[in-house]
This record gives sequence, C-alpha cells and structure tokens, in this order.
Amino acid sequence: MNTVELTCINCPLGCRIEVMMNDAGGIELVTGNSCHRGDIYARKEVTAPTRIVTSSVRVYGSRDGERMVPVKTASDVPKGKIMDVIRDLAGVSVPCPVRIGDVLMKDIAGTGVDMIATKNVD
Amino acid sequence: MDRTEYDLIVIGGGPAGLAAAAAAYDAGERSILVLERDTRLGGILNQCIHNGFGLHTFQEELTGPEYAQRYIDKLTEREIEYKLDTMVMSLGQNEDGTKTVTAVNETDGLLILRTKALILAMGCRERSRGSLNIPGFRPAGIFSAGTAQRLVNIEGYLPGRRVVILGSGDIGLIMARRMTLEGAKVLVCAELMPYSGGLKRNIVQCLDDFGIPLKLSHTVVRIEGKERVEGVDIAEVGPDRKPIPGTEEHYDCDTLLLSVGLLPENELTIGLGAEMSRVTNGPVVDESLETSVPGVFAAGNVLHVHDLVDYVSEEAAHAGQSAAAYIRAFGNSEAKTKEDVRIPVIFSGGIRYTVPAFIDPGRVSKWLKVRFRVGEVMQNKKIVLYIDGEPAMSKKRRIMAPGEMEELVLTEKLLQEHQDMKTIDIRVEEDM
Repeated sequence: MNTVELTCINCPLGCRIEVMMNDAGGIELVTGNSCHRGDIYARKEVTAPTRIVTSSVRVYGSRDGERMVPVKTASDVPKGKIMDVIRDLAGVSVPCPVRIGDVLMKDIAGTGVDMIATKNVD
Repeated sequence: MDRTEYDLIVIGGGPAGLAAAAAAYDAGERSILVLERDTRLGGILNQCIHNGFGLHTFQEELTGPEYAQRYIDKLTEREIEYKLDTMVMSLGQNEDGTKTVTAVNETDGLLILRTKALILAMGCRERSRGSLNIPGFRPAGIFSAGTAQRLVNIEGYLPGRRVVILGSGDIGLIMARRMTLEGAKVLVCAELMPYSGGLKRNIVQCLDDFGIPLKLSHTVVRIEGKERVEGVDIAEVGPDRKPIPGTEEHYDCDTLLLSVGLLPENELTIGLGAEMSRVTNGPVVDESLETSVPGVFAAGNVLHVHDLVDYVSEEAAHAGQSAAAYIRAFGNSEAKTKEDVRIPVIFSGGIRYTVPAFIDPGRVSKWLKVRFRVGEVMQNKKIVLYIDGEPAMSKKRRIMAPGEMEELVLTEKLLQEHQDMKTIDIRVEEDM
C-alpha cells in the first residue's frame, strides 16, 4: 500500500488530495477532495496522467523573417513521455510556408501522436 | 495619400483590439482602422505558445497563436484596415468632438489621423527590476518572464542555463516549464506572498511536474555578479513582507526571471486627460466601457489586467459595440442633450475595484457584466448586490482569490425593474 499526494487543478481551492494505492496499482481510497471533479482528476492523474506538449522549432526560408514556429502534440501524450517528445524535436528545422495544423513530425517519440504547427508562418 | 479620417480607430492589434474591431464591424461600422506597433497582429498571444486558451470562447483548448489567428481571420474576412509597425505618439480631443491620433511608421512617416471614436486596447507591460529595490549591480541575466518568453519562443534563444524565478505569476510559472524543456535547470520559484498569484493548473503542470520547488513568503534579497548574474540570495519574509535575517539561502545561477506583476500601459490615455483608477492603473469606465472622455472606449489589459484571454475578447467586443453605437449617434443633438445618469458602483468586504465604476441602467441592453477582484484569499463567502439598499441578487462563492477575476451578471430585466435606482452596492459577505 502506498499513498500519492496531488494538488487538484480544477479550481483555486487547490485541494491536497491523497490517493491510497494497493500493491497491484489499484486505487483503494481518494481523500482530501471537496468535490466530485477532484475525485475524477485524482483517479486519472494517478493511473494515466497525460499532457499536451507545446514547444517551438526552427523554420527556414521565412519571407517575414520569422525564425521559429510554435508546435503542439495533436492530442494528449503520457506525462512520462514529455521529455522524449522534446528530445525528438531537438535540431528539427522545417521549410516555410507553414500553416496551422500542418503535421511537422509524425508519431513523435513513438507516442502515435503527430506534432502539428500552431501558427501560420510565411 | 492614404485617407486620414475614420469613424473608429482602435489602438492595439492584440486580442482586445482585434475583438473590438470585429465587433464594431458586426454592429454596422465600416470605417475602422487598427494601429499596431509590432510587425504582426495578435499581440502577446504570439509568444504564448502553451495551450489552454479559448475554453470559454471556442469550447476547445488552443495555444496562444491559434487563438490569435481566429481573430486575425475575423479582421481579414471583414477587410478591416490595419497598419503594422505603427507607433501612436499621442491622442488629442478636438472641439467638434472628434479625436486626433498622431502616429508614426516607416512607410507613411508622420500620420495625423482624425476619428469620431477611439478604442484603447494597448494592453499592459511587465513590472521590471527597477520597481523592486533589490540591491546589487546591474549584471546581464536578469529578465522579465515575458522577455525570456519572447527570446525562447519567437527569437529562438535560450537566455540562461541555471535559473531562479522571482514571483509566481502565470508567466513565471509557464517559463519555469518552458526553460526546463529547453534544457535549462530551474532551481526554485520564490513568491513574496503567502499564496501564488498563478493558476493552480500552472503550479501543478509547470512546477510540480518537473520537481521545481515553490517557496511562498520568500524573496530575493541579493543579486551576485557584476557582468553576469552569478547567484542570488533568497530569504523568508515575515507577515510584514520584510526579509527575516538569518533565513538567507544562496543559489548559484546565471539567470533571474522576474514575474512580479503587470501594469496597464496608459501613457496615451493619461495624455488624453481621461480619469484614471489608482487601483487598476487603467481608465475609469462606465457600463459602455466609455472613459471620462466621450467617444473614447477601453477594453482588455489596458483597462484592468485579466487572467483569461476569453474575457478580454468578450469585454473588447462590448467596447466595439458601444463605439459603434456612439458613432451612430455622433452629431445627433438629441443624443448630446440626453441627461447623463452615472450611478457609482459602491463595493465593500474585500473587493478592490469594479469595472465598470459607473452604470447608467438605461444604456444596458440584454446584460452587463461587472468584473472585479478581491484583495486576499477568502473562503465560504457570498457576493450580494444591493440596489437602493435592498438585496437584489446573490451568488455563493466557495473560494475567491486575488489571482482570479470575479464577475456578476446584471440582466437588463433586473435593471429595468429598478429604473429609478439611486445606488448600486456590491458586498462580499459571510455565507453562513
């Protein structure tokens, strides 16, 4: 049995939530939350936490003199994969023009998720 | 020669200016010019490449540049005229009620423009080291969090490798994560107050996710280094917010980021002679978001600093509609002789200010949002609206914090039922 401590992100209350986990990784008890949303958040966060990863990569040939284009993962990736995604972006440079939603890298860091542009750069 | 006369000039092409211009157009106004000092539209959203924008407006989570593009598209679809790289130098009032805008750019040189109405949408800027009184030399390596954000996300430079952040505003928190992802080591985030001014979500996803400690009630008391930052000393502060001797801790670092507050950028507004609020550092406005200068409206961070861009867009659209209505009535003597009703919004119980500060109930159509902030973290309260001393509506709030803007929606119906009201009073009370 072990206990995981979390801060709820749903509202400014920021409840300290404790999740008791059994040795099989199952959730035994969620305490400290003051509403249902906290319970849902805590269960997701201890079993399968995910994040959208945003960053920026270099562009070349920009008519407007832009040096960077911002990017994001097209959907959530596992939290533990954030640094792998970032490492895969190192040294990447893409040609202009770029449009919002353009896939700049497919299946980043083996997550099955594409990296897409979040800005138009001409 | 380009035209020099417009019905509406919008100063600033960030989220507020874009939404205001589009809403004025949709309200029937066609003679609009937007002036932007940067080389691109979108304002600060261009460097806010993280996601979380637009949940209220578009029911999806967008990054800053994506959110900006939706509004830039609105401008181009409507063929609204705009000028980039254009710095407004001053604003003036003319005897016939029009305003003069003096601006300058590389192609037109000096521009002297005339307009019936103005929307102020200049946004805000960051408080700098100069306003903090931290002793030490003035070495390289001290940046405002927003400057560092611009360097990393737009210019493509990493401003430092070992970083201490002072202040836990949202931009500071966002930059803690951003610098970490780009390979820097963020040692600590120190916050003078006993609570963070940033969103809980950012504390968890930008600090906790990367094991960056947040030290509440702490501040930087010394910056070491003459040419470049070499380290900082952080000390705990007492309830009086003064450093407690003997609590100093040294951090070896090459960079100090400051995320210590935002200031509405109102030099032009003050030059125009508009009445200012000492609390918000923005102009005092009425229910139409009109300043004390007739025909001059304000919205977004120039009016009061917002947490969410969605609310900026909504507020700015309101200013755009109000400006369009003003222009329709311009030169109409009936409109001019109409007696001005100015009922001040009184507040108490920890509220620091309200926007608007004055209400003419007769000029509200559909609904009016009164936005405000409280001065400290409060739990189990209710916000009660009193009209002529009688409670007219009430809203329970389990928690309120200075970092989160509050709002109260007054409906047209409620205001019509109290047409001859004399006072409007908003109080925060205990919720038993």
